[in-house]
Amino acid sequence: MGRYLLRRLLQLVPVFIGTTFLIYWLVWSVPGDPFAGKCGDRGCPPNYRAMMTEKYNLDESIWVQYASYMKNLLQGDFGITFGGREISDIIATSYPNTLKLAVVALAIEAVIGLGAGILTGLRRNGFLDNLVLVSTLFLIALPVFVIGFVLQWLLGVKWGIINPTVSNEMRFSELIVPGFVLGSASMAYIARVARTSIAENRRADYVRTAIAKGLPMRRVVGVHLLRNSLIPVVTLLGTDLGALMGGAIVTEGIFGINGIGRQVLRSIVTKESATVVGIVVVLVVVYLVMNLVVDLLYAALDPRIRYE
Amino acid sequence: MSEQSAPGADGSGRPSGRLLEVDDLRVEFRTRDGVAKVINGVTYHVDAGETLAVLGESGSGKSVTAQTIMGILDTPPGFVTGGQVRFHGKDMLTMSPEQRRRIRGEGIAMIFQDSLSALNPVFTVGFQIAEQFRVRRGMSRSDAKKRAIEMLDQVKIPNAKGRFSNYPHQFSGGMRQRAMIAMSLALDPEVLIADEPTTALDVTVQAQIMDLLGELQRERQMGMILITHDLGVVADVADRIAVMYAGRIVEEADVYDLYRKPAHPYTLGLLNSIPRMDEKGQELRTIKGLPPNLMNIPPGCAFNPRCPMAQPVCREKVPPLLQLGNGRASACHFAEELVNRD
Repeated sequence: MGRYLLRRLLQLVPVFIGTTFLIYWLVWSVPGDPFAGKCGDRGCPPNYRAMMTEKYNLDESIWVQYASYMKNLLQGDFGITFGGREISDIIATSYPNTLKLAVVALAIEAVIGLGAGILTGLRRNGFLDNLVLVSTLFLIALPVFVIGFVLQWLLGVKWGIINPTVSNEMRFSELIVPGFVLGSASMAYIARVARTSIAENRRADYVRTAIAKGLPMRRVVGVHLLRNSLIPVVTLLGTDLGALMGGAIVTEGIFGINGIGRQVLRSIVTKESATVVGIVVVLVVVYLVMNLVVDLLYAALDPRIRYE
Repeated sequence: MSEQSAPGADGSGRPSGRLLEVDDLRVEFRTRDGVAKVINGVTYHVDAGETLAVLGESGSGKSVTAQTIMGILDTPPGFVTGGQVRFHGKDMLTMSPEQRRRIRGEGIAMIFQDSLSALNPVFTVGFQIAEQFRVRRGMSRSDAKKRAIEMLDQVKIPNAKGRFSNYPHQFSGGMRQRAMIAMSLALDPEVLIADEPTTALDVTVQAQIMDLLGELQRERQMGMILITHDLGVVADVADRIAVMYAGRIVEEADVYDLYRKPAHPYTLGLLNSIPRMDEKGQELRTIKGLPPNLMNIPPGCAFNPRCPMAQPVCREKVPPLLQLGNGRASACHFAEELVNRD
């Protein structure tokens, strides 16, 4: 297990360098003057231009720019925006909000999606099974913004059950509906994958053995069947975890949540290239770490992977 | 259909003091293509300390009978449509699911054919054995582990202590089947059903596993039902043999009697198809034709299309399983002639 972990950690290094370089290169080579529109109608004063050019090495080649950026980054310096604000500051204020929303969405996906999947997988073709199949198809087919706006309008405006937008305190009770909206499609996929997986393994020989041992049905399903059926579900949840942590541009926008998704969108629109790169670098790291966590979880669930 | 009365039993259908009895069992598989009559009135029994071998080709219904006894028949498609399975005289088919569950493992245990798929791949072998002691006997984790290691020792797995925490895929086929045996014997069952326990193994390992099973059966005075299609496996271990064909018992006899003088042409065909050293180089003798389609069993004797002795009567009347004395029974119109010939 230790060797496996070490190998996987080493694999992260080239992936990290490759992805961050690509992002850096793409973001900074957007055509147009990076100073256009930054200082109102009159254009930026020459000394400011000189300072920022120096700061980002704008007159150097892309390689030098990237190298000096990475050098600062590895020392914890994300740089500043064109307005002079610390980029690490922006990330530090908005990222916790994204995390909170992601945790709520993931919990909803896991609890409702997995629950529905297990119940319908054990008892196929019943009323519940058909209900779940139809409703999950519905959730998969509808774009997130439709679900978001409809729920916001119905629950928040028409019936007044929730606040239409989330307050700055980001209470968990306020995040249930946005979390549901964000996790809806994945929840539907998880329900379907879990259903298929349970139904498939339900007839497996080892389940039959567990029954023949005279174990209570609760244990046959809860221990023997579930542990095997969870493997594909965990893969799905894991990939989704990375996506959720990457911020939710649409959901954050609808419910007015100041998360990383909105920050990155705003930075792209205002050509705050340094901010875009900074945020995306963080997201890449989060994504890579989450992937590693899933792989480790995978190995923990299935010993056949662990001992390869 | 005219059917035989229960042979071997006292004929009244009442409790007879037998350990496990299958009485006129009928099972059908309802599929989209039609109804397959898989078990058509099977009757056999096993007492403490004896081994009954159930012999037959694949599709003859020997495994389905075992699954019905264990209560692990897949329903749907499988449905029991008649008969009884009595354990200590009580019909298990009318028991509550909870009553049946308690019998599994403690009263009747089962060993499966393919130990790799029959053991759960994500739990250690030790866990799967110790689980029996923890869940069914309420033992603590450490006591259960101790008992599980003892069980592994009893089935002669070397370094049982170290093997406890291995996963099924880290065992060889023979060792895995030993672990499977240890697991099924953990709760000291009265009846052990072994469903083709050696089919998936190398020939040399087959003999070892059969020896082990025979030894454990004698030691514990269990009733054992050994399901197999391999006549060679049967001879050393079994006391009695029941031969199945198309969901019925066609012959039942002592091992010795059956080998010496089969009372059914199907059994005769099976015995003749064993390759022999003195016939080296000659063509193997086989039973011509294929087993019948269970959705469309031929009228009369199900074996008649393949039978070298078939007469017009075989196509009209289902031969009942007739008692021939000495615990022998045969479902052939010409059983007497077969037995009385030299």
